[in-house]
Amino acid sequence: MHHHLILRVIAKLLLPFILLFGLYVQWHGDYGPGGGFQAGVIFAVGFILYALVFGTEALTRIVSQKALIAGMSFGLLLYAGTGVASMLLGLGYLDYSKFGSDPVHGQEWGILIVELGVGIAVACAMTAIFIAFAHREADHNDKDW
Amino acid sequence: MIAVDMILFGFLILTALAIVKLRNLFAVTMLAGLFSLLAAGLFMTLDAVDVAFTEAAVGAGISTVLMLCALALTTRREKPQIHSPVLPLLCCFVTGAALIYGTLDMPLFGSADAPVQTHVGGAYLVRAGVETGVPNVVTAVLASYRGYDTLGEVTVIFVAAISVLLLIGFPRRKDGGE
Amino acid sequence: MDKLLTQIAGHYNYWMVIILMMIGLYITISRGNLIKKIVGLNLFQASVFVLYISMGKVTGGTAPIITGLPGETYSNPLPHVLILTAIVVGISTTALALALAVRIRESYGTIEEDEIQQIEDQMETKS
Repeated sequence: MHHHLILRVIAKLLLPFILLFGLYVQWHGDYGPGGGFQAGVIFAVGFILYALVFGTEALTRIVSQKALIAGMSFGLLLYAGTGVASMLLGLGYLDYSKFGSDPVHGQEWGILIVELGVGIAVACAMTAIFIAFAHREADHNDKDW
Repeated sequence: MIAVDMILFGFLILTALAIVKLRNLFAVTMLAGLFSLLAAGLFMTLDAVDVAFTEAAVGAGISTVLMLCALALTTRREKPQIHSPVLPLLCCFVTGAALIYGTLDMPLFGSADAPVQTHVGGAYLVRAGVETGVPNVVTAVLASYRGYDTLGEVTVIFVAAISVLLLIGFPRRKDGGE
Repeated sequence: MDKLLTQIAGHYNYWMVIILMMIGLYITISRGNLIKKIVGLNLFQASVFVLYISMGKVTGGTAPIITGLPGETYSNPLPHVLILTAIVVGISTTALALALAVRIRESYGTIEEDEIQQIEDQMETKS
């Protein structure tokens, strides 16, 4: 990979901004376009860019397949668990009214937590799917492709 | 504004026709990414900013990368067609004609008194700011009013990732068993 | 003539979308290559999204983010929510279909539909 100098330098420069933008889109989904899905996809795209430029092995050294599966499950459990938590507080499933001091604050808290769960689940799922595809060895060599 | 819409629609149709004709799958993948980007532009002119964001990120980003990965594992060119295209063309024409006949008494594009605008949608616009305190009505409806659907959607993407991992996630055994 | 013009100006979005849908359908049913079929399915899905979003548009409206300015009309947010979910489900389906295509290629050695059918027929006559 030592001849892809421009790609490596630009990828290293851009990656922190991509991840920062993903965080911005996640938390500002309430005030502008954005939310969990878009932020999760932008995160995954940052990791995929790293894998495309530096190799899949470099990416699996940073995030292993097991960590991604755990992340996916955690995101889904966070969402479903918010519903169970509101049931434990005496309301219906996924009713956020008692999470804050008054119902409007409760709704804001509930939306934030739920979107975080969505973002984590989508980011880990997309990265895991990409790594699964990238690790598979093809059974034909480059000349027959 | 009608001119921008028409130009975007025209380019979408041209890209779709090019995808039909081309047999080089690499070019087809790139054109599919271009199609998603043009659709995202069209969504912006139709005031759907969240949808445009998601379509650009997912369609022109992730979908292109996954298709390129699948291309690297399969093949690069499509075989020339041996069946005659008459029957599929006839099928598409008949379906298209029936659909166009069905749209003749649909509400006009952009009308404010169409049935879709007068029932629940307008009510959500009024209630979302007051009950949830969140200015982005799409996020409020997605996460609070229609929270069950979003839970189902996250489950779908979780199941898809698990299925892809089960299908191609584990290294192949060289003796042929899986 | 006037009536025809208003008819066209009021319905051109539906007709363009139907043309795109039929092109996507043609790719899916007439091409034998599995990856081309998946691309055609994606085309079909994207044109259905455009249909729904164009039905939610209000002339003179703006994006459904409440700004607090008086007298502002917003486009309908409900189709946006539906289509957000549909886009994510669409990419999940595409990822799974591509994984299946890769496995088919590894099992049969080809991803053209008629060749797969030939191999299946040969295996059936042998057994």
